[in-house]
Amino acid sequence: MKSPTISAARSSAMRSSPESAGGALLRLLDRGAPVLAALLLLLIWELGCRLLDVPVYLLPPPSAIVEGALAVSPSSWGGHIWATLRVSLLGYALAVMIGIPLAVALANSRLLSRTLYPMLVVVQSTPIVAVAPIIVVVLGAGDAPRIVITFLITFFPIVVSTVTGLMSTPPELLELSRSLGASRWREIRNIQLPFAVPHIFSALRISITLAIIGAVVAEFVAAENGLGFFIAFSTSFFKVPQAFAALAILVTISLILFRLVAMIQKWWFPWSLPKS
Amino acid sequence: MAPHDDNDGPRPSIRFNNVGQVFTSSDGGVINALDGVSFDIHKHEFIAVIGPSGCGKSTLLRVIAGLVRPTSGRAEIYGLPVTEPREEIGIVFQQPTLLPWLNVEDNITFPMKHKYGRVTLEEKQRAQELLGTVGLRDFAHKRPSELSGGMQQRVGIARALLHDPDILLMDEPFSALDALTRDEMSFELLRIWTERPKTVLFITHSIPEALLLADRILVMSARPGRIREIIDVGLPRPRTLKTLSEPRFHEIANHIRGQVFSHAVLA
Repeated sequence: MKSPTISAARSSAMRSSPESAGGALLRLLDRGAPVLAALLLLLIWELGCRLLDVPVYLLPPPSAIVEGALAVSPSSWGGHIWATLRVSLLGYALAVMIGIPLAVALANSRLLSRTLYPMLVVVQSTPIVAVAPIIVVVLGAGDAPRIVITFLITFFPIVVSTVTGLMSTPPELLELSRSLGASRWREIRNIQLPFAVPHIFSALRISITLAIIGAVVAEFVAAENGLGFFIAFSTSFFKVPQAFAALAILVTISLILFRLVAMIQKWWFPWSLPKS
Repeated sequence: MAPHDDNDGPRPSIRFNNVGQVFTSSDGGVINALDGVSFDIHKHEFIAVIGPSGCGKSTLLRVIAGLVRPTSGRAEIYGLPVTEPREEIGIVFQQPTLLPWLNVEDNITFPMKHKYGRVTLEEKQRAQELLGTVGLRDFAHKRPSELSGGMQQRVGIARALLHDPDILLMDEPFSALDALTRDEMSFELLRIWTERPKTVLFITHSIPEALLLADRILVMSARPGRIREIIDVGLPRPRTLKTLSEPRFHEIANHIRGQVFSHAVLA
């Protein structure tokens, strides 16, 4: 019983003893390690491109990408970003609004889950990228086909996760609900849906990044603006640096949205987060 | 057993009248969960049900709770057949099954909120009172995840007591707890039951637990689930740690062990 306490005391003493300038610097380095690594990678990329004389249209160095980004006017960037964001969020919202109620129906009806579920699997197994041109032909110009494509890509994970979450409700709680004679609707609203919240949010996090993918895919097929359209347009004129710049913006949007969904869960449903 | 029209004794709280329950398993087999179970439970009596796994103990509880309709015979509460869940009943499950998004107080009042959509001031006061009864006065605003397993189950008990039911059904309520907490909870339950007498049907796997708590013990056999023996415990109350060392305690414990094991060997 004695030795672990002693060794623990010793190791903590060792950690705290060099409270000198060197220790502080080390700690700063440790905290900044991820950023430093990224900067280092950019530096290697930049130097590599210059030293090896890589053509800009094959792999532009970071400096060329920044230049390319600045060559496009901010209002033009704004227009593309807004177009992509609008399609992504509308498709995503549609997926949430249809996916969650559908999941509730599937989880509570054996008939529905037996008939609808196979169809959903078929839809999910269809490569949406391949269907995209057909959807564009059917729905014509405008946001509609792009929103539908985004919806198709995002909604399956939402349905599947929500059903799993609804099914994870402890059966005793459903018995408690029945022993109280509460209505089916209250059972779903007060017990099943809250129990599904952790599952729903893990799906919402995945789906928000899928929504960006969906919008870009749709813009590849048919669009007159949007970041996906901009990449396709730029590369067709070998303006690779500005395509890279658009890509960097897409990644940034994806990350921000992902964080936003995580933060909404943290603010509104803190109990649903796993305890760390 | 006394015939139905016998008005001499007090009317039983719960009566199982030749109750049978047959389940069809997923592979088409037929399972006799309960077979010809007849039994009376008197008002404020503490009954423990013990038996091997699959002897239909839980089914018995669910029949009286109105969650399962028996395939034959009938269950009665105060002489009325049970056809649906009744107000007089409170249930405590094996797992506390609290709602992780509600604090302790809201978990206790949840049944009312769930059933009627609102909680009255009286119910809130009663929840406060019950928190004191189960020894969690300072934990009203904690989340379940901040409580130990034993404390969570205390909340489960308080939740079942909120509407002051006459009948308390407990389905192995302490089996998920560690041995020490389990003993502590048994004495807690005895204290609560003395303070607020109720008719209790207590399902358990533990022979000492059954002996410590119950007035009578129903020993069941499995497949088909039948009553093998009804044992009058007869140990004096209040029961304390001393009860555990009484010769009669060990005598009955060994007897029940013999009953359960001989059947297990035969099966």
